[in-house]
Amino acid sequence: MGIWVDSTIIFIVLTNFMLLASSRLAALVRGVALQGFTLGALLLLTHSDNLTYRVWLLVVAAVGIKGIAFPMFLKRTLNNINVHREVEPYIGYSLSILIGIAGLLLSLWIGSRLPLPGPIVSTLAIPVAFSTMLTGFFLIISRKNALTQVIGYLAAENGIFVFGVTAVHSSSIWVELGILLDVLVAVFVMGIAIHHINKEFESTDVDRFSSLKD
Amino acid sequence: MDAEALIHIGIALLLAPLFLGVVNRTKAVFAGRQGRPLLQAYFDLAKLLRKGAVYSRTTTWVFRAGPVIGLSAVLMSLTLLPFGGQGALISFKGDFVLFAYLLGLARFSTVMAAMDVGSSFEGMGASREVTFSALAEPVLFLCFLALARHTGVFSFSEMLPAISYSTWTHAGPALVLVASALFLVTLAENSRIPIDDPNTHLELTMIHEVMVLDHGGPDFAFIQYGSALKLWAFSALVVGTLLPIGGIDLPTGVVLSTAGTFILAVMVGAVESTMARLRLLRVPQYMAGAAAFAVFALVIAL
Repeated sequence: MGIWVDSTIIFIVLTNFMLLASSRLAALVRGVALQGFTLGALLLLTHSDNLTYRVWLLVVAAVGIKGIAFPMFLKRTLNNINVHREVEPYIGYSLSILIGIAGLLLSLWIGSRLPLPGPIVSTLAIPVAFSTMLTGFFLIISRKNALTQVIGYLAAENGIFVFGVTAVHSSSIWVELGILLDVLVAVFVMGIAIHHINKEFESTDVDRFSSLKD
Repeated sequence: MDAEALIHIGIALLLAPLFLGVVNRTKAVFAGRQGRPLLQAYFDLAKLLRKGAVYSRTTTWVFRAGPVIGLSAVLMSLTLLPFGGQGALISFKGDFVLFAYLLGLARFSTVMAAMDVGSSFEGMGASREVTFSALAEPVLFLCFLALARHTGVFSFSEMLPAISYSTWTHAGPALVLVASALFLVTLAENSRIPIDDPNTHLELTMIHEVMVLDHGGPDFAFIQYGSALKLWAFSALVVGTLLPIGGIDLPTGVVLSTAGTFILAVMVGAVESTMARLRLLRVPQYMAGAAAFAVFALVIAL
């Protein structure tokens, strides 16, 4: 049992590295979709001893929103803005992976220091939650394309989700649902904003936004 | 020195060229071709050994010594490698360091021979080979470290046979990560496709093949046989990491490991058929990914 939870959590780290390493926006969208499905699996595995309708509701909501709705929406935005890869990120891909490794080590250290209320399902859960959040934040600060930054935001939210699922127990499910709804709205707003930015400036490179004039 | 450990060396010496045959047959099946015979590598070796060698007047003894040193270093590395749940012929604490550097010596001799020729293409190939192996080496050692950490021993002969079913139940994900990293290193170190194309004949894009352009006859046979053995050694390492055969009797262990090695050959062929070669600039990124696997395997404590 424990080994499946661990394997799922390790798979989340691998998707983090996938997000850090890919330059193609379509691959990033696929990575974040994969992460959404893995989160659903993680949720099922951690609550497999009492699968109440609340758990199922959250699984369906998480997979539906993170695994299907966001990727489809991002994919549509991608087709609209006609940009296919991140050009010249602030920090290159090899270095990004190395920074991802450093972030993972840092998260392991934090995870070993953090006092937690109650038992957690796996010793890896907290470090992986932190490293997923760090991955998301790192994507936001190191990439220039607005769409990649949205994906970074989603990865950070996935990290918080892992934390909630593994460290806090069933009472948090309504909170999680609330957060999911917020993220849903945020991503749609960002997607529409990116579309309009692209239409107005013919680029989604955030570097250009700093030289805006009326 | 025990007779059981000699079995692996015998199998490797005999079957290493067949490994290449299986890789090439897999590629042919993917491409819808009939492909060359499975035993083609043996025919090539026999043909090359019958030929005489031609040496350029600009070369020195370094060029002649290269293939010999290369082959003997690879042969020695095989004596350190356990197979089928049995210990290796020679084993001591930290023998994986010697294993890595024997393969390093083999590469060094090939590189020196390539530089000795004085051809600019061979120098370029040597430069690339050394650059990429410098990237692959830390990853290889991280894999060894991770294996040592999860089995608690520091010698190949105890490390790989120690991997049993119970190791899998508590450190399975780590073993899968180590094996993936080792597989990526295998492809890089043996100049297989995402890094180098063994079939290319354009000097500008070749890495390993360009270094051996001026070798002929028996020398070239030594190099070909040496690289087949090296590929076999790396595959045996990956298979040894993946197969939980600790404590199994000798015949079953050997049969399972040999079968596993050929399954790996099919996988190498499948990777070569489905992937394009990476641009040279992307290779560090590939190695960083392999390093991520290895570091992660090293740090997870389950």
